[in-house]
Formats: sequence, structure tokens, C-alpha cells
Amino acid sequence: MSLIARHLEANGIPTVVIGSAKDIVEHCGVPRFFFSDFPLGNPCGHPWTPDMQTETLRQALALLETAEAPGTTVRSPFEWKHDPEWRERYNRVRPEDRERLLAIGDERRRKRGQAARSDG
Amino acid sequence: METRSSESPVRYMERTRQYYRALGYNNDYVWAHHDDAPFTRPSKPLSDCTVALITTAGPPDLSNRDERNRKHVWSGDVDSPPATFDTDLAWDKEATHTDDRETFLPIDAARRLEAEGVIGRLAPHFHGAPTDYSHGKTNEKDAPELLRRLREDKVDVAVLTAL
Repeated sequence: MSLIARHLEANGIPTVVIGSAKDIVEHCGVPRFFFSDFPLGNPCGHPWTPDMQTETLRQALALLETAEAPGTTVRSPFEWKHDPEWRERYNRVRPEDRERLLAIGDERRRKRGQAARSDG
Repeated sequence: METRSSESPVRYMERTRQYYRALGYNNDYVWAHHDDAPFTRPSKPLSDCTVALITTAGPPDLSNRDERNRKHVWSGDVDSPPATFDTDLAWDKEATHTDDRETFLPIDAARRLEAEGVIGRLAPHFHGAPTDYSHGKTNEKDAPELLRRLREDKVDVAVLTAL
């Protein structure tokens, strides 16, 4: 998504990215980034909150007029719901998970191998 | 307004590297990286601009995928978006859900801002961008195709929302 923003911008269409993976977006480098510090999936606001969603879009759009330089990040004023564990939980790898995760990976490789063979 | 947390944002690149290594993959994914970014100022006030929305979600019938399951750019009418979307992507399925389209494709929110006069108008089409592991395909195929579609709608500025 960040690469697309760069392409549009380089071709004359100003852009703003709304997202939650701050490190990935900033690593790629985009003109303007409105950062929602939420779990991945709901960058434009909590589900079923029209007021928050409208305010999020309003503030993101404002960046188009206020940003003075590329690489401008503004953080949303909104917080995720009361769930103190979400940052730690996402895709975490605990010692007790290792065996299970490796089995998942093996299954994926097996299926992918089958698909590749059936593709010829 | 809710209060801000002092916690640091999740480091997704590092988290993802560790996760895929645990799955048994040996080659780390290499995220796109640039030290700078292009910058174009809007040529007119936002209140006169046509605004396009671009998301990473797919259509419910998966018609954006070809016979090899590769995803392509797709578009929909903002007046009749699908009732559901394909959100089979890497998002936090334990913490939340994607049942509310407005959390990743804010058409109604844009309509409200259009009615308020904050933006000139919402472009007639929204667009879906493939989340592709190939930077080359994104840069050489998908991004130019999106640019072409935005120009067709005479779009002035674009909002990109990544699930």
C-alpha cells in the first residue's frame, strides 16, 4: 500500500495513508501517514463507531493541507479498547508455541508443494 | 476523546520475522525501504477536491483473483459497495473483526465529510489494491493501474487504508 501511495504521489496525486503498522509504513517511506495505534484490521476506527470513523478520516484528510514535507506522520488521538494484552499477543512466539507453529509451517509447505505440482 | 497510551507501537517487522522463522521459513521477508518519499501539494483546497478511497480488502466473490490465485486491482461503485468483503489478510483476528466496512473503507464517513463541505466530492469508485509480496508487481503493474483508474475519475487526492 505504501508503494502505491508513493507512485500516485510521484505522478501528481497527493495521498494520505491510514494504517496501524507504523514501522512498516515508515520503513517504506510515504508522503503522509495517519497512524491509528490499533490492532491490525481497523485503521479507520473501532467497529460500529461512525463518529470516530468520521473524525479519523477528517484528521487524516487534514494532513493533505497541513503536511509541509514528505514522511509526515500524525498519530490518531484515539486509543484501542481496554485490552492491555493486544500488543504482546499478536503473532507472538512463546517457547510452548514452537512445536505447534512448526507443524503449521510444515502443513503450509506441503500444501504449497501440492499446488505447485498441480500447476505444472 | 480517549486518552493516549504511553506504550510503544508494535514492531511488526520484527514480530513477523520471528513468527515466520518459528513456522520454519528460512528467508526473511524484505520490506520495501526508501529513505525519502515523493511529495505533491494539492492544487486546490480540499473542499474542492475529488477524493478517492483505496483499500486492501477484496470483493466477496474473489473476482480480483486470477486462476493462479494472484490478486489484481479491483474497483467498486461507492453507491453500491458489496455487503461483505474478502478480508483474508494478516490482521489481528484475536483482538478485533472486520465486519464493519467503515473500519477499512470509510465510504459513509467520506459521505458525511462531503455533506459538511470538508471535501468537494467522493469519487464515484473506490478501489482495491492487492497486497503483494512482489514489490515489482506492485510498482510496475498495480500502482500504474490504480493511477489510470483514478485519473479516469478525475481524482485530486487519494486516501489509502491498509487493513
